Amino acid sequence: MFEAIAFYLFAALTIAMFTITVMTSQALYALTAMAAGMIFISAFFFILGADFLGVIQIIVYTGAVMALYAFGMMFFDTTRTVVEKRDNPRVIFILGVLAATLVVFILVSPIISTHIEANYPINAAMGNSETIGLILFTKFLVPFEIAAVMLLVAMIAGIVLAGKKMDKSLTLMAEEEIALMSATQAKPETEEGAH
Amino acid sequence: MEITLAHYLVLSGVLFSIGLIGVMRRKNLLMLFFATEILLNATNIGFAAIAHYHGDLTGQMFAFFVIAIAASEVAVGLGLLIVWYKRTGKIDLDIMTSMRG
Amino acid sequence: MEIYLYIALFAPLAGSLFSALFGASPKTSVTGIVASGLLFISFVSSAILLNYVMMGHTVHVEMMTWIAAGDLYIPFGFVVDQVSVVMMMVVSVVSTVVHIYSVGYMDHDKGFNRFFSYLSAFVFSMMVLVMSDNFLGLFIGWEGVGLCSWLLIGFWYHKESATWAANEAFIMNRIADLAMLIGIFIVYWNIGSLQYDVVFSQIANLPMPIITWIGIFLFIGAMGKSAQFPLHTWLADAMEGPTPVSALIHAATMVTAGVYLVVRANPIYSLIPEVGTVIASLGAFVAMFAATMALVNRDMKRIIAYSTLSQLGYMFVAAGLGAYWVALFHLMAHAFFKALLFLGAGNVMHAMHDELDPFKMGGLKKPMKWTWILMTLASVALAGIYPLAGFFSKDLILEVAFVEQHYVLYTVLLLTAGLTAFYSFRLVALIFNGDERHLEHGIHPHEAYNFMLYAMAPLGLLAVIAGMVFKTPYYEMVTHLLPALEYHIHNHTTFWIMTIGTQLFVIAAIAYAYKKYAKAVKVDKKVESGFFYQLLYNQYYIPKLYDELFSKPYRELSRIAWKQIDLKIVDATVDGIANVIYRTGEKTHTMQNGNLSSMLRWMVIGLVVLLVLAVAFTVGYNAVTMRAM
Repeated sequence: MFEAIAFYLFAALTIAMFTITVMTSQALYALTAMAAGMIFISAFFFILGADFLGVIQIIVYTGAVMALYAFGMMFFDTTRTVVEKRDNPRVIFILGVLAATLVVFILVSPIISTHIEANYPINAAMGNSETIGLILFTKFLVPFEIAAVMLLVAMIAGIVLAGKKMDKSLTLMAEEEIALMSATQAKPETEEGAH
Repeated sequence: MEITLAHYLVLSGVLFSIGLIGVMRRKNLLMLFFATEILLNATNIGFAAIAHYHGDLTGQMFAFFVIAIAASEVAVGLGLLIVWYKRTGKIDLDIMTSMRG
Repeated sequence: MEIYLYIALFAPLAGSLFSALFGASPKTSVTGIVASGLLFISFVSSAILLNYVMMGHTVHVEMMTWIAAGDLYIPFGFVVDQVSVVMMMVVSVVSTVVHIYSVGYMDHDKGFNRFFSYLSAFVFSMMVLVMSDNFLGLFIGWEGVGLCSWLLIGFWYHKESATWAANEAFIMNRIADLAMLIGIFIVYWNIGSLQYDVVFSQIANLPMPIITWIGIFLFIGAMGKSAQFPLHTWLADAMEGPTPVSALIHAATMVTAGVYLVVRANPIYSLIPEVGTVIASLGAFVAMFAATMALVNRDMKRIIAYSTLSQLGYMFVAAGLGAYWVALFHLMAHAFFKALLFLGAGNVMHAMHDELDPFKMGGLKKPMKWTWILMTLASVALAGIYPLAGFFSKDLILEVAFVEQHYVLYTVLLLTAGLTAFYSFRLVALIFNGDERHLEHGIHPHEAYNFMLYAMAPLGLLAVIAGMVFKTPYYEMVTHLLPALEYHIHNHTTFWIMTIGTQLFVIAAIAYAYKKYAKAVKVDKKVESGFFYQLLYNQYYIPKLYDELFSKPYRELSRIAWKQIDLKIVDATVDGIANVIYRTGEKTHTMQNGNLSSMLRWMVIGLVVLLVLAVAFTVGYNAVTMRAM
């Protein structure tokens, strides 16, 4: 009973949060709603007994990813409402609803729930983190290492891409300077486009 | 009232569709990234639920790697976004038409 | 001895391949010399083999397995026996002479090297044809000579008439070859082998109708190659090719392949004398038919071609009446003097700058003395005057017809002999006697190169002595293999009356030809507009008839197929597919507008489509499995 209440509550909250994220025109609202949604999702993980995953969800998503977005947003002018040109929103909603219906139909129909055997059964004697640790560093060691390398590469890429011209601070520069700088930088772009 | 796997999968599907709507509807690149995060999280719920109801940890493992991918995606994507913004001063999708066929 | 066999067979091929190496490059005399030299080697080997065969041996080799499938076993086997060695000698002598002659004749032609490559390839094919020890090898050679004939008739491929003639010859031969192939199939079906010795030893065991059908089908094949009625029109048109080709292929060797086939298959034809009679009758008809066409024609080469056709008719009379050795003997003698005649005509053509109408020539006796002598010799031999080759071979055929009591055939052949003499000397008289009509056209004739004349000399010699000297040893040799039938008219008075009578008749025809054409040429309008003249001049309207009966309906059919089927169905389908794709591209390329947002939307649409498919297939699959359960 408790599980059901928790599920419906968090389901409603998550859907609401993500709907706000998708629908709002304020970048800051979207970011906040997103972060809240992430935390609500971790609740599902806790309900499902995936404690470690839940913790990771909170740390990585709300801690790291959202913080990254927040930092990233400092580059942009976020106080301004984002003006987005929309063309035929009806198509978008029809497609979304259709996709949802189909996915739900597929997931609910009893084809996938049968014939599944547990390769790595959950050991009740051990805690979730312990089991995950065991499997992660034995069976999934190679993917884990690859993921580690990927993260490293992504980190370097992020730094290199975003870190160029870090010495110039857009916030401290005068408007004219920024205009000049973006003009000189935009120049090769327009030349390229002329080809 | 028993909560079954189907409940979670339906929730996952609904969230995924919300993400899809966001992907289609957003013209702001940053917002587009948010929508993709929603997509990834929706699948994560599905993975965790299947792992739970079948007593198999593989689902959790997958969710774990998905989070790792999401993190790197954000790092690279945001970096590219910043570069783009520095060059053009805009992060509007409609101006990115250099790949016109 | 086997080594000589291989040399005789493969030397021409080597010459052909060597010349083919230079096929695309401009004239290099070395190709002609090498090809001629290799043919001379082939000739020497053939002579050695002839000597060997004369002593009573035969050579039979099996070079390698060719087809071995199930019960079918066909080796690349070659045999040199009394019959094939005669053919080998004829082929190698004539082709050597023609090769050497061609070095001069084709001197100024751009396709010099190509010409020798084709010509030697022809000789190789002909050698395969005559030396093969089975029907299939013969067929390969048969097709090979057909191909080379096509290449050589159409040698000047930029001339439309030449390509047309080449295609005509090729297509007509295909019709006949189909019949021949059917004949070979029947042989294999009933006997289970295609080796001559096996077939001929077992043929008598077959039921009569089957033997008859084999005989008929093989003869239809022979009819095509030897241009017998009604497949004769290609031979006259084949004169579009270079003259040495006409001499080698369309007079001496290839066209006689049909006669060779009948002679070679004599054990079959001896069993079916009715078919033989038909062959003989057809031969006599063609002899007369072609001779009449030659009477009025105004094209030097065509006249000689009709004369060839007529002489082939003679050979078929002999073969049809069972006198196989006589047929082969006339084949040999005819090859010599007819090739000589053609080569002489080639000289005249060169001198006259490719003018073919003898009415525009005349008085060439003086500038072209040697050509005149050689051509007169050849014509005398053709007319059958004692003691030249034609007398011994052609009069022998008349005797055969007489002895076999086919008096109608005899009469026809006798008349034809007169006609032959007349048109041969009409040609000679028109070309070499009378006024120099060519001067009006500003042509100053000159004699051919000396070496060309020297090359022709052996043929001239053979045309004189072939009958007298060769007859006895030839008879003794070939009758080892062919039925030894002596044709003697027992009554001496009859014999002398016949012989002298024929001679006088022929001489009278010659004299008349000289009288009519040697001096001034009077064009008799009344005769020329007469029905018979027009009939003969238009070759009995047979080419026209074929044109109306076959070519035009076929062209109409092709046109319909082109306009209705090809353009409206095939092309339309292809164009339609292309249009659909093009229009689709035209319509959908707006999709690629480079806008990420719309791309994402398309991606989602694709996803939805895939999901729909997944659901549809799952539901369908479940439905099927449910029903199966």
